[in-house]
Amino acid sequence: MTRSERFIDTFFKYDVMQQYWPDILKGLFVTCQIAVLVVVCGLALGLCLAILRSYRFRLVNLCIIVFIDLLRALPPLVLILILYFGLPNVGVSLSGYVVLWLVLTLVLAAFAEEIFWAGILSVPQGQWQAARSTGMSYFKTLIYVVLPQAIRMTIAPLTNRTIAITKNTALGMVIGVGELLNQATTAQSFAGNATPLMMATIAYLILFIPVVYAGRRIEQAYAWRKR
Amino acid sequence: MEQFLFQFFNLDIMVQAWPIMLRGFGMTLLLCAVVIPMGLAGGLLVAIASTAPQRWIRWPTAVLVDLFRAVPPLALLIFISAGLPFAGIRLSPFTAVCLSFLLNNSAYYGEIYRAGIDSIGTGQTEAARSTGLNSLQAMAYVVLPQAVRNVLPDLVSNTIEVVKLTSLASVVAFAELLYSADMARSITYNASPIVMAAGFYLVLLWPAVRLASRLERKLST
Repeated sequence: MTRSERFIDTFFKYDVMQQYWPDILKGLFVTCQIAVLVVVCGLALGLCLAILRSYRFRLVNLCIIVFIDLLRALPPLVLILILYFGLPNVGVSLSGYVVLWLVLTLVLAAFAEEIFWAGILSVPQGQWQAARSTGMSYFKTLIYVVLPQAIRMTIAPLTNRTIAITKNTALGMVIGVGELLNQATTAQSFAGNATPLMMATIAYLILFIPVVYAGRRIEQAYAWRKR
Repeated sequence: MEQFLFQFFNLDIMVQAWPIMLRGFGMTLLLCAVVIPMGLAGGLLVAIASTAPQRWIRWPTAVLVDLFRAVPPLALLIFISAGLPFAGIRLSPFTAVCLSFLLNNSAYYGEIYRAGIDSIGTGQTEAARSTGLNSLQAMAYVVLPQAVRNVLPDLVSNTIEVVKLTSLASVVAFAELLYSADMARSITYNASPIVMAAGFYLVLLWPAVRLASRLERKLST
């Protein structure tokens, strides 16, 4: 066998591809599903926390700050292992799928809160005062005047962070969630061939290259710290 | 409540696991000491390549950066440690981790440096060149020092991410902090060692997280 034949046989073996592409596709579907759930719930929770923080109740804010610092400092895999292996012993049994979703949602919420909060702070005080002086309530000012401006400024950093956290769905492999990487490693050990891993890699590229590219575009369009 | 404390904050088990955990923590520090400088240096090369005047250097760099930013770090690591052996390339867990981190982090650090370089006007380079510095000197002495200062918050927060990512090494059986904790957990059937690992990560990273958010706030206003 020549070198290139051996390479193709290792990474692009046709038989293996044909046999395992349904599994890979199933994994891709699960990955997309978790990704969408995490992005929607994480961003919503992050925004709610940022709004709550803007009311500046001292005790509530302290809790929020501790929460986001914890989730920013801890590797997601540590949280996943604690919940997945620790909770059943105290009578709460969550499936790997739920644990993965919960942890990634909380992590994204923490990062999103920080970014939304920075956005809210960056809206000048004059905007608040002008809106309040027209008779709008605090909440209305926040929703109709401050947030639209704040969110515009957060789009670029938020996109990048969201992409990074969505890629963490691959961590589901460690706790047996049937997502893309898990399907691929399982198929690889059955087939005794690296082709499924290559298929998963290509699937990730197809999934994320457009997102990464869009993220770069958005970053240029909304340049966050241009001086 | 007692059950909860017993399962997550079990002092006896923590005392027992302490020596293994300490060794694991040492390995995590060692791993960080290797991969962070490698990523910073690799990223610098990537940034210089992606701002090069020649198109045949710039384009392939951009493609590679996007590739490595699109693949989840764990998928890359698994590919290197479980896929490459089929092609006859067998790496130790440590080497596999270092290689995957080099590829992944160079792309991320590279993007950050590039944003910094872009934020410096071309007038700076032109002025530097006109004083007789060559283009490498202009980059090293004039553009980069200002660029790095501009993107310092991003560099710090990316470094925090890298330290957190070292926990992935546990998946390929490199005996760092989380791997040791998980070993202790599976022997004792108790989650306390992992909570303990979380404690180690907090000690290491909480100050860095505070610093990062302070830097971000300072520069964004």
